[in-house]
This record gives sequence, C-alpha cells and structure tokens, in this order.
Amino acid sequence: MTVTLFVWIVVALIAIGVYLSWTAGRLDRLHSRIDAARAALDAQLLRRASVTQELATSGVLDPAASIVLYEAAHAARQAEEDHREVAESELSTALRAVFGEPAQVEAVKEVPGGEDAATELAAAVRRVPMARRFHNDSVRAARALRRHRTVRLFRLAGHAPFPLAFEMDDAPPVALADRPGT
Amino acid sequence: MKIGIVCPYSWDVPGGVQFHIRDLAEHLIGLGHTVSVLAPADDETPLPPYVVSAGRAVPVPYNGSVARLNFGFLSAARVRRWLHDGTFDVIHIHEPTSPSLGLLACWSAQGPIVATFHTSNPRSRAMIAAYPILQPALEKISARIAVSEYARRTLVEHLGGDAVVIPNGVDVGFFAKAEPKAEWQGQTLGFIGRIDEPRKGLPVLMKALPAILAAHPEARLLVAGRGDEEEAVASLPKELRERVEFLGMVSDEDKARLLRSVDVYVAPNTGGESFGIILVEALSAGAPVLASDLDAFAQVLDQGAAGDLFANEDADALAAAAIRLLGDPERRAGLRERGEAHVRRFDWATVGADILAVYETVTDGAASVAEDERSGLRARFGLARD
Repeated sequence: MTVTLFVWIVVALIAIGVYLSWTAGRLDRLHSRIDAARAALDAQLLRRASVTQELATSGVLDPAASIVLYEAAHAARQAEEDHREVAESELSTALRAVFGEPAQVEAVKEVPGGEDAATELAAAVRRVPMARRFHNDSVRAARALRRHRTVRLFRLAGHAPFPLAFEMDDAPPVALADRPGT
Repeated sequence: MKIGIVCPYSWDVPGGVQFHIRDLAEHLIGLGHTVSVLAPADDETPLPPYVVSAGRAVPVPYNGSVARLNFGFLSAARVRRWLHDGTFDVIHIHEPTSPSLGLLACWSAQGPIVATFHTSNPRSRAMIAAYPILQPALEKISARIAVSEYARRTLVEHLGGDAVVIPNGVDVGFFAKAEPKAEWQGQTLGFIGRIDEPRKGLPVLMKALPAILAAHPEARLLVAGRGDEEEAVASLPKELRERVEFLGMVSDEDKARLLRSVDVYVAPNTGGESFGIILVEALSAGAPVLASDLDAFAQVLDQGAAGDLFANEDADALAAAAIRLLGDPERRAGLRERGEAHVRRFDWATVGADILAVYETVTDGAASVAEDERSGLRARFGLARD
C-alpha cells in the first residue's frame, strides 16, 4: 500500500516537474522572441531616422521642411530610452506634415536620386508599424503567460523584467503609403 | 532567402488559399528566392517542382463542412523531415489554427515563423476548447498577417495580439490584358462561383433577375462555376430561363476574358467571405462591380468608391442597382477608371514587397528555422535533477 502510494507521489511530482519545465521553456522562448522583435523594431526605427536625415540634408526639400525633418530625425536618434516613444512619434508627425501632399512626393521623385530616396523612405515608414506590431504582439503573449498563477507562484520568469509594449504614433504619411489597412 | 511555405489544404483541390500560395511561391521564385511549399497531395498528382507532398489529406467533418486535413503521426514526421531538409530562413504558415499541416508545422518548428490568417470564422466551440493547446503553438509565431481589416479584427477578438494587414495578391496585368470575347458582350451580367453553394449568393441574383430583365429585356446573365444548372434556374419563369447562360467550369484565361467582357460583374455573396479575391480580379479586368455590402467586400471596394454595393441578401436592392448600372454607361466608365486605379495596391508587385518586408523584419538577426528539439526538454529535466 505504502509502496503504491509512494509510486503515485513520485509520478505526480515528475508530472508537475515536466509541466513546470515545459512552461519555463515556453516563457524563455517568448522572451527571446521579444528580444528579437525589439532588435528588429530598433533597426527599423533607426533606418527610418537615417533615411529622413539623409533626405533632409540632401537639398531636395525646401529649407524649412529640411530643418523640420532634420530636427525630428536627430531628436529620434539621440533620444534617451524613456523619451524614445515621444521622439519617434514626433518624427512621424513631422514626416506626415512634410509628405502629406502627393505633390511633395512627386517633387522629390523628380530630382536626380530622389526616386530612390522616396522609395527608401516609403519602405521605412511602412516597416516601422509592422515591426512595432510584431513586437507588441510578442509582449502581449509573454505578459499573458507571466500573469499565469503557476508562473508567478514558482517564479518561472526568473529575473527577466516585465515586458513593456512600445507605444508610439507610427501612422505613415498618406502620400507615401497608399495602402488599405495598417 | 530560403523560404518554406506551409499550405494546409490539398494541393489538388482548387481553392483560394491554394491559389494564393501558388502565386506567392511563383512570385518569390521569380525574384530569385528559394521556395519550398509543403502541401497535402495525393502521391500520384503531378506537382510543380517547388511543392513537397505531405501525404494524402483525410476528409473529416470540421467547422460545418467536410474539410480535407492532415494530422497524425505520419504527417508530423513528414513535417519534421521537411523542416530538417529545408534549413529555411523563414517559414510562412497559412491558416495556423486549422487542425492540419499549419498547426503541425507550428508545433515542430522554432525560429522565425510568419503566419497568414485567411478566414474570419466566428469563434467555434472547438477553438475555445482547444485554446490551451493552440496557445503554446501560436506563441511561436513571430509575425501575423491578416488578409483584411475584417480578418484582423476577428483574429484580435479570438486570439488576442495583433497582426498586420496585407491583402491577397492578384496578377493585375493578366486580367487587364485579357481579350474580351464578343459573344459575352452587350448588356451582360457576370457571376463566377459555385452554383449550388448558397453563400455565393446565386439564389439572390435569381430572385432579382425578373425585375432586371423587365427593365432591360436584352440583358443576359453569364454564370461560370460548378453545380446543378437546372436547379439554379428552377425559380425563374420558363420564358426567362434562356436569358441565363451557363458556362460551367472555366479556365483562368476564360475567367479573365469573361471579366473583361461583361458590363457588370455581380457578387451577391451572403457571407463567409474574409477577402473577396474575385472582386479584385474583376476590378483588374476593368469590370464594373456590384457587390453585397459584406465587411470584406466593402473594404476591397473602398467603401463603395471602386464599385457599387447593395444591402446583403436584398434582391430588390440588387435589382435596382443593376438596372441603374446597366442603363448608365457613364457611371460604368467611371467605376472602371476608379477600379483600375484602386486595384494597383493588390498587385503582386506591391503585395509581394510587403510580404518580403515582413520576412525581413522577422529574420533580422534571428537564427534560421530549425526543428523544435524535444531533447531540449530532456536536457532541462536533466538539469533539474542535478
């Protein structure tokens, strides 16, 4: 009797152990997904700021627009971590202000080399919202799992910081991203 | 880039998802990428060189209709082998929630995974029950794509999280360059779709037809699609039946020519559509479109700017709109022009670039796709015992 009881207890403990180990593995995978998504988002934000700065200094745009874009792109690149979301949102606003009209985009395309610059900028403003959505989606998945009772009770997340979403205004200028949705 | 695409439905059965995957694969190969598609197929079906068979799909009742799905030990083994042999930079799974190859691939892979959600079914009880099983698999997906804003909304409601919207692609040039056929021209309405599938809406159109023919006696309806032709016209008065012409199943070329020829393309679908690729094809061919006001259709038609909408399942509204369109060549020309401009965003050049942008976003700095090692679990357990 005691032997069977003992066997059952061991089986139950092993089962719990496997479950906990599996859940920790899931959580670990989610955290590395967030890291990858965050790196991709950083890369896209940086790319957008660089293309904007390049455009602003190329003399393709009028001086006023150049200064506005340069200022915003510079601020976005230099921003401290806790001002980043605001600075990037301001860059989005600046881009929307300058490239709100299709005529402005056409004017850029007409100068030599402007076609490439416009295509690059269009790709950059399109990819930022994409990367941000993927990042926030992974953050949501990780948070959902971390709120789970078992995960909290057994501290399966270890010392990993609680993941935070990246919130910013990333709406692209209409004239550059003429697509439905997103 | 080495790209693996997983198709959940039988390659030998024609369907929207299959066509989408075929066109996507061919577009990507055309751009110089290496593409392998894993799809269920009979062993004797001839397959294009880029398709790898995952074995025969088994017909099972699922979600209100009989679906042909792949599951079980053998399929899982084939998925693993494909992943192992492919060494892909990214895998793109279609319909990851259907209990077929998509879900199996999600289970057995790790690394950059992109998933496209095509359908926007209301949440089924099976999905609620399977949620705890689905969740760990779906967590692995690094990027989700929804084919329409509507599909994205249902996805967010059912599974949480978010997705980017990338519409299905169409080879606009193929439809725009098709040669119109004289015998299909002159006051013609077109309908393409399964005749015996009520959701495609042919019964609504048949109900509206007497009124349309009363106003435009020389009008004709051309119907392309499989199904019982006698039954379809049974509700019509005998003398009107000859105004309906059945073309049966048509080839892609004939479909394009039909769309080029008709004066109005009618899409009276009553539901179950998450995108409406046929509308995009009609717009590409320059056909003025009249469609029911389903969410998905309204979005493709730019809320009515690129095509006329009528109240869903309302035969009178359909008749009134069709009569107005048939009698107004200027309005048709206007729709044609706006449609052709609007449809460019659905061209493969645009859609393919967006999908590649997603691939690049998730592969940036990430390792390539590999089998999800179950031995890793053992190693963890070994550590736990130490």
